[in-house]
Formats: sequence, structure tokens, C-alpha cells
Amino acid sequence: MADFTLRVNGSEKKVSVAPETPLLWVLRDTLELTGTKFGCGAGLCGACTVHVEGAAIRSCSTPVSQVSGKSVTTIEGLGANGLHVLQEAWIAEEVPQCGYCQTGQIMTAAALLAKTPNPSDEQITQAMNGNLCRCGTYERIRKAIHRASGMSPVGARGGQ
Amino acid sequence: MSPLSRREFVAGGVSAGAGLVVGFYLPHGEKSRKEIFSPNAYVRITQDNKVTIVLARSEMGQGVRTALPMILAEELEADWKNIEIEQAGASTLYGDQSTGGSASVKTTWDPMRKAGAAAREMLISAAALAWGVPRSSCNAQSGSIVHAASKRRLSYGELVSKAATLPIPTDVPLKQSKDYKIVGQRLARVDTPSKVKGEAVFGIDFKMPETKYAVLSRCPTIGGKVASFDDKESKKISGVSYVGKIGDAAVAVVADRVWGAMEGRRVLNVNWDDGPNKDLNTAVVTESLKQAAAKKGASLYSAGDVSKTAGRRISAEYQLPFMAHAPMEPGNCTANYSGNACELWAPTQVPQDCRDSVAQAVGLDPDQVKVNVTLMGGGFGRRLEHDYAVEAALVSKALYDAGFQEKKLGGPAKVIWTREDDMRFSTYRPASLHQLSAVVDGSGWPVAFRHRIIAPSISGQKGQPGPNGIDPDLPDEAAFVYALQNVSLEYVLAETAVPLGWMRSVYALQVGFASESFVDELAAAAGKDPLEYRLHMLARDQDVSYFTTTWKTARMRTVLQLAADKAGWKNPLPPGRFRGIACFGCFSSYTAEVVEISMENETPRVHRVVAAVDCGQVVNPSILEQQIQGGIVYALTNALRAKITIEKGRVVQGNFDDYAPLRMEETPVVEVYSVPSTEAPTGIGEPSVPPLAPALCNAIYAATKKRIWALPILNS
Repeated sequence: MADFTLRVNGSEKKVSVAPETPLLWVLRDTLELTGTKFGCGAGLCGACTVHVEGAAIRSCSTPVSQVSGKSVTTIEGLGANGLHVLQEAWIAEEVPQCGYCQTGQIMTAAALLAKTPNPSDEQITQAMNGNLCRCGTYERIRKAIHRASGMSPVGARGGQ
Repeated sequence: MSPLSRREFVAGGVSAGAGLVVGFYLPHGEKSRKEIFSPNAYVRITQDNKVTIVLARSEMGQGVRTALPMILAEELEADWKNIEIEQAGASTLYGDQSTGGSASVKTTWDPMRKAGAAAREMLISAAALAWGVPRSSCNAQSGSIVHAASKRRLSYGELVSKAATLPIPTDVPLKQSKDYKIVGQRLARVDTPSKVKGEAVFGIDFKMPETKYAVLSRCPTIGGKVASFDDKESKKISGVSYVGKIGDAAVAVVADRVWGAMEGRRVLNVNWDDGPNKDLNTAVVTESLKQAAAKKGASLYSAGDVSKTAGRRISAEYQLPFMAHAPMEPGNCTANYSGNACELWAPTQVPQDCRDSVAQAVGLDPDQVKVNVTLMGGGFGRRLEHDYAVEAALVSKALYDAGFQEKKLGGPAKVIWTREDDMRFSTYRPASLHQLSAVVDGSGWPVAFRHRIIAPSISGQKGQPGPNGIDPDLPDEAAFVYALQNVSLEYVLAETAVPLGWMRSVYALQVGFASESFVDELAAAAGKDPLEYRLHMLARDQDVSYFTTTWKTARMRTVLQLAADKAGWKNPLPPGRFRGIACFGCFSSYTAEVVEISMENETPRVHRVVAAVDCGQVVNPSILEQQIQGGIVYALTNALRAKITIEKGRVVQGNFDDYAPLRMEETPVVEVYSVPSTEAPTGIGEPSVPPLAPALCNAIYAATKKRIWALPILNS
């Protein structure tokens, strides 16, 4: 066991866990932020995507020791003052079916829009290709990203 | 106007034809009865105008949490904004609560409408009494009863105390579809906002104070057992508080945190007794299907005489592998056993089966087991099994027996499966073999069609074979909806030790792939256009009675033509593009799909799929579109790559690298069209799955003149 300090959704959090514990389980179990999902445990599906210093990473394959002292944003903190534009777009396009993968999808899309405010179809595919959805919502995900793109991310914390 | 008798309403049956029961009860006792109007188990109205509709099916992404309440709200003339939805756990009030077979809308259509209509009629009576006017001068409008002549209005909330004292009506009229205001609308799903905010509670997210987490090491060989285990290393892992056998074939490692339990399992030493299947492999399964094919089958359907028709005979064999559901949320369940009771929080499609199976496993009566149903991160049939629930209950009991509660060492137990657990300990879509033959006349048109389905029985393996050994799913999934005079459909039972389960569209995927690929072979042999060939087979209006469903060739013809028209079947394609078409009827719905592809390095790339469906009255077009799009993406994974193989009695695939679902880069544009209809609604969760693989393989044939006789298309 070791102590780590993370900045999660803008607040400082101290946790005492085994250093190799994946960030995913620190978020879900220790900090009770269950919006981040466990899908494969091997970085293959993207359900566990969060932002570390603004970049989308797979929290299931990232030991907590690697993010010590860093800033982590989860779905719960994506829209600091209300919904992120992507969340609004996801609602408008009625994207989710089961919804399990969608928080990871939104986090990946948010990292894309932060760098590329008006992504092309190819850029969307490239960014989103690591996120699996067994309900097959990919078309609506693409539409929602287009809907949100170019709009100012009001309320977004932007991973900072 | 459909009359509804009180006997029918109270005694059950409710004329849905599916044995559904609308339970009647007085849930709140005489004292509070005037504050709550609850004429049946599906709806409660309180004085603050809140209308609570109870959902007795499970939400796994298919939209029932929105669609079923819409049906009741329509008849109730409720204000949709005031609706709250309550998830029922395992109950005795709602008949069979299993969520599967694309049946939720179909089987609750009548009970939900009648429950809403009964409440509406009582509210009208209450208002008419309050005003001293005839009932016929009052009507229900968006959460109020209105007396138009005097412009008076009372909200449902204001009528609660009066309505609660009235007798439940013996006959209630049901609305006509032309008057629908809610059914048929693209209403937003009620579960969307919580899902995009990360607030939705799936089974894996449910938590109680002091929850202990369990990860199980299961015998990797099918049918094997635990011989012995050594937990010394596991117990060195921080937080690990218990290691013990669960049943014959698993050892649970229990810890304060999920990661501790996973680490504890990683270092656990188990010696396995591999049991009788240690030499089982995929080749053995394939060979056993071929051997079974020599047996005489049971007739599923027979018309005319296929053996006596003369003409040119064409034959083919098709083959499909085992497949895994792989829902995004791995298996899990939380259980709290406390000696004389057990409560569960289960992401399950079968709450009542979980209740009964858990009761048996831990030695309680079913009424001592309470099952709460959580949201599910996908189901696809995997959560029609009760295995997670039984494991969780057994772990919780083991902790209880070890004195955890007494010594205040911990509370409920939550079992979590990893992705590898899900892939390797699933219940698989049965591998199958299909022998098809047809007799064609001088012009190449079919005069006889025969399909022998050789496959193990899912229900048979679970100890519930159907009559004549016919798997009880085949009546929903193997109809041949064409107007042909000589048809024989047979089922030949094969045996396998590989655990079997119901996977989205169940046998319809295998049957549709074989049947609709073969029809394409016949069209090609005749040198005819595949659409024209099918339309010829559907030209005559005919009822095809297959078990309890009467299929109409006219409805199939309409969806086929609709898909073809929307896809521009008659228009030439750009160079390098090719099309295939297929249609299939299953779960009482009709679907046709046109798939447009190009070939890139001998690999098909699907650009566009046009789907047409006739599922009767559409309840919510947006949810319908989701289900069709999703079913097609699911089916495309199945067709291209889904294959579970067995070596030395063990499932080979483990994660999304070697069992790789479709990603965005491979996803086609899917266009969805439905035939306008006021027929009673039928299933839509599964019917888009079966036509995809044959339509795709038929497109590949159009491109390459190579026929695909075995799935998956890639790596086979």
C-alpha cells in the first residue's frame, strides 16, 4: 500500500492503495466515481476512458502510480457547470442504447474536440475507433460529434 | 373498441395469448388508499399528479423502460411529463417477466393498454360523479378529465381519492390507433440523460456499505472440477479476507476491493480435475454435427411432398460456429444472504429464474429471495442465464457461514467477472450444420425446398427439451416464408458438451443465413436477379402457418420491395460496388435487407445497409431505428469474425483482441424503413440480425462469384 494524491475533477484526492492498482479501480472503488466503466481490463474497448492532463487514456491499464500528482477528469467532471456540449449532443441524437460504453465514448470524443474542434469523418473514425459499442451506436455517435463540433464547450472543464 | 371482461382482467390471461397476468392488489391498505389510486399492479397515481408506471421487463438497451410505459400512458391519456417509471423486481404479479425473444412489446401490448384504460375509465367516472354529469360528457386529456360543456377540468391528482373508491370496471374500451398521441411518436428515451452523465446504475455500479468483492477462478475445462487449491499467496494480497470453493468447479477470492480480489485470484493455485471433455476440440464438434446429420430429424414444417417432385436438384451445405454474446458490461451480481433471506441486485433478463435458482442453491424458499433488477450493459441473451446470481448468493452464504456478518467483517457480496471470464464461461450460440436441397423447374424456379437444421438444443441441454425433441425456440425462428407448394423443414438434434445459450436472434441467425444464401444460389443457377427470384416466390398471397404464427407472404413481399426500392436495386451501382439482398421472418416480424459492398484485398467492406421491417404498429420510431441499426452492427460482427473455438476442452478466445467486435471504421451507414401498420406490434430487438449475413454473402457472390458456405466470412 502507498499513498497517492490525484486531482480528480478539480478536487484533490488522497488515496491509499497498492501502487499497481489501475486508475479505473481507484476511481470506481475508492472514490466511488462509477461513471467510468470496466469493459475488458486490457485497453481494448475504451469503456474506461478518462482524461489525464487533458489526454484521453485507458484507466484500466494505467497504474495509479503513473498519475500521482496529475489532473484526472472523469465523466462526472466533464461538464463543470452543467452538461458538456457532447453530452447535450448525445441526448439530442439519442445515442445510448444500453449506455454502458457511452461515458467512455464521450470522454474520447471530448479529447478529440479539444484538439480538433471541427473533425472530419475520417478524424472522428480515427479518434473513436478504439471505443467498442456492442449495441452498435456508432452512427449516432458520429452524428452527435458532428452536432457538437464547432460549438463552444460551455461548462467544459477541458481536462484541466 | 375492444371490450374487456372483468373476469379476464382479474383472473389473468388478459387475452394476450401469452398467459400474462395482470395482478390485482391493494398495495397500501385502506388507510392510505385515498391518497393513492392504484387500480392494478402497473400504475399508481398520487395527489401531486405523479403517475408511476411499473416496468416488469428488464432494460438492457432495447428501450423497454420507455416503450412499455408509453403504451400504458397512451390509454391512460397521461401527461408524459408527469410519468415516473419504477422497475419491478421478481414478482408474482406480472406473469412471466423474462425479457427475451423480442417479446416485451408484443406480450405486454394488451396488459399495458388495458391497465391504462381501466385507470382512465375510473378517473372519468370519478369526475362525472364529482360534477354530477353523465360519464359520456367527460373525456380524458393529457392528465385531466374535462367536461367540455361547462369547461370544467379536474387533474388526475385531484381525482385520486374519489377514483380509489370506485369499482374496477368490467369492460373498458381501448383506443383506436388513429387517435394515438404517444404511441408512434419519437419520444426521447427516459434513460438517456443518466447514461450520458455517468449516473445510471448498472449492476456493476450497485453498491452497499461494507460490500465485499469476489472474483472466481473457474475450471477452464468444460465440465471439469476443482481437485485442490492453495490460497497461501492469495491471502498475502492486501484486503483478501476469504478464499473458498463455490460449487464443484470454482474457487472464490473475496476482498475489500475489486482489484484485491483480482490480484488474489491471479496468484491462487488451483489443481483442476479436467473431467470428461479434456480432448474436446472444434473438429470433434464439427464431426459430431456431420454424424448427427445421418439421423432422421423431426419435422418442423411440411407442405406438399418434396420427395416426389421432379426436376433438376440443387443441394448445398452451410455451417456456423459457436459465438459469444460479449455484452460490454461483464457478468456481475450483488447478493446479501442473511440466514433466512437473500436479497439480490442483479443485471438480469430473468429475475424470477434468478429468484428460484438462488433459492434452490442456498436452501431457501423462493419467497425468501428478493431480486432487484438493475440496468444492464447489454444483454443479447447472455443475461437469460442465472449463473451470476447463483454465484453471488453462494459467495454471500459462504461469507455468512464463515461468520462475516456476526463478526461485522462485511456485508453483501458482489461477484464480478472479467472479460476473459465472460468470453470463456459464456453459454454459446450453438454451432450448426444445414443441409439444403431444392428441385427447380425448366425455368429455374423452385418447386420444392428442403432444409435440414442440424444443431444441438439449447433448452434440451438445460433439461427442458421441447415436444418431439424440437428445441422450443425453433417455432419463433425457423419459418420459411415463401409461397411454395412443396416444403420440408426438419430439425435434427445434435449433442455437445459446450454450454449453449440464447444469443440475439438465436437459431434465426443460422437458419436465415443458410436459407437465404441458398435461395441466392438458386437464383444464380437460374440466371435470374435475386430480387426478382424472391418476388416470384412471394408472388402468390399465402398464409404460411408455422407452429402458432401465421406468416403472410404479402407482408414479406412488401418489406422486400420496400428495401429494394429504398436501396435503388434497379439502379446501376458505381464501378466496384456490389449488392446482395435477403429477407427473413422471425419473432412474428418481417425484415429485408440490402447490403452494398466493395471488395478490398479480397475482404468485403460494407458501405451501406438498407433495412425494411414490418413489425406491426411501431411504438417508438427512434427506438425501432436504434434496434435495427444495432442489430445490423451486431450481425455484421457475427458474419465477419465471430467464432468461438475449443481446444483441449477449453474456449480459446479471451478478450476483444481474439474475439473482435465491429468498430466504427467498419460500420456501414444503415437506413431503416418500416411499413406503416396498425397490426398489433411484434418483436424488433432481433429480427434485423438474420438477413444481414446472407445479404452480405450474396453481395460477395455478386462481386466475386464465390459462395460463402461457412461463417465467419473472415478467417474461416
